[in-house]
Amino acid sequence: MDYTGFLANIAILVLSGFIGFAVISKVPNTLHTPLMSGTNAIHGIVVLGALVVLGTAENPGLPLQIISFVAIVFGTVNVIGGFVVTDRMLAMFKTRPTSTTMTDGKN
Amino acid sequence: MDILVYALYIVAFAMFILGLSGLTAPRSAVRGNKIAAAGMAVAFVATLIHIRETSSWLIIIIALVVGVIIGIPPARKVKMTAVPQLVALFNGVGGGTVALIAWGEFIESDGFTGLHVASGPVLPLVIASLFAAIIGSLSFWGSIVAFMKLQQILPGHPLSVGRLQQPLNAILFLGAVVAAVIVGLGSVSTGADPVWFIAILVVAGILGVTTVLPIGGADMPVVISLLNALTGLSAAAAGLALNNIAMIVAGMIVGASGTILTNLMAKAMNRSILSIVAGGFGGGTKGAASASSGDQIAKSTSAADAAIKLAYANQVIVVPGYGLAVAQAQHAVKDMAKVLEARGIEVKYAIHPVAGRMPGHMNVLLAEADVSYDAMKEMDDINGEFSRTDVTIVIGANDVTNPAARTDPNSPIFGMPVLNVTESRSVIVLKRSMSSGFAGIENPLFFGANTTMLFGDAKKSVAQVTEELKAL
Repeated sequence: MDYTGFLANIAILVLSGFIGFAVISKVPNTLHTPLMSGTNAIHGIVVLGALVVLGTAENPGLPLQIISFVAIVFGTVNVIGGFVVTDRMLAMFKTRPTSTTMTDGKN
Repeated sequence: MDILVYALYIVAFAMFILGLSGLTAPRSAVRGNKIAAAGMAVAFVATLIHIRETSSWLIIIIALVVGVIIGIPPARKVKMTAVPQLVALFNGVGGGTVALIAWGEFIESDGFTGLHVASGPVLPLVIASLFAAIIGSLSFWGSIVAFMKLQQILPGHPLSVGRLQQPLNAILFLGAVVAAVIVGLGSVSTGADPVWFIAILVVAGILGVTTVLPIGGADMPVVISLLNALTGLSAAAAGLALNNIAMIVAGMIVGASGTILTNLMAKAMNRSILSIVAGGFGGGTKGAASASSGDQIAKSTSAADAAIKLAYANQVIVVPGYGLAVAQAQHAVKDMAKVLEARGIEVKYAIHPVAGRMPGHMNVLLAEADVSYDAMKEMDDINGEFSRTDVTIVIGANDVTNPAARTDPNSPIFGMPVLNVTESRSVIVLKRSMSSGFAGIENPLFFGANTTMLFGDAKKSVAQVTEELKAL
């Protein structure tokens, strides 16, 4: 990687930070848990890093293989588990609009 | 092919951003999560294309299968009350991955000396990797401790070495940085001894443990949120080191959003993130606060009396807290609300931002019990309503209702925004016993003139009240 590429990556890093701030600034309390759980799943993206480290190594030795193996397992657990549990949580909010009209009639 | 990989990464992170913005409203949240998950699948495929010539397919496939097998069952089966510890655990393994990636890179590049062969920025990449190693390891071990505290494998109350805690943490942090500098300097010549890299991981790990151990259960929403943000930042650093834009964008977004969420939580407790991480609630003032309450007597009540009070109310507000989660009383509460609503009584839920053990914990539990999200009110929206409320039922909540936070400048939680439950005409507090909350602070609410206590398991108490209501 040359300096231009590196600086471009830094630019992307900074812009992503601002996007993160902008997108999340107005989230109702109700969704704090799913949001955290969702962002938790998204940082499971690190599994890609584990794949790249092992996948691009020429003739990886045993230590690297073991470390990468554990890293991929961990990363996969983070991603899969994170998205599944978030989906379960959000499904509970999903049915709301129909029952809302019934119980909140007097508002 | 590399262009294809890059293009797919761009598609992937666009989907992350789209999905995440969906998560900001209840109606679009399910779709948002699915979009983000689909984005993850795209990024994953792109990475497999990128490493298509690898000789390690077998290990990769086995690892992926093992990960799926371990990851899905707990996510599917976990009770909603146990979600905080599961999120902590998932967060921990993510941090662990980052630390291991950095370690793997260290080995693969012969102590980062391999990076010097290419022309380009070397030092920033080494720094990014070392940052990832420190924060990743800290986040892993910190999350494991948070998990054990929430799962009650470790006691929930603060565990610390007292005054020495902060100096100890500072020394550990310095130790990790020194080891990192040694590894960094080594990369210029022949590469540092691998022992130094392991030292980074170990010392940062110990720092993670000693940082989270002294933090009490009530502060856990802030801690989990903070650890989540840290894992995100370390993922971004690892992405920088690996020149992987999907990791940079995703990690940084998580880092930024996690920081906002952490800040919101800390604000809701009127404390700085730093003072929460520094551990304990006040500490020194604790003894003084508990000594002053000896002669006060709380009035206890029965389920039948509570039911009568409720039956003649116009508006009832339920204040849920961690005790509701422990007793798994959310369905019982919903049943009670149904009976009350059938009598034409309005039932609302007042949710303090830090009630429970993770941000929004109470909302998720009540949603599980089919409580309408329009009935769940945030603190600022409902605080004006208590004075118009006949009965407020406090279920397993303590510090978030403590009037001392508004009236007693000597209270350790003075200044923390609380729910003004004392303004309602009467308050019924459901509690297991008279013990003070996680923070160990006396709550004058329990001794208030219009407060009555209904002792016992929250779920059973609520069910009894419901039975009495039906019988009326």
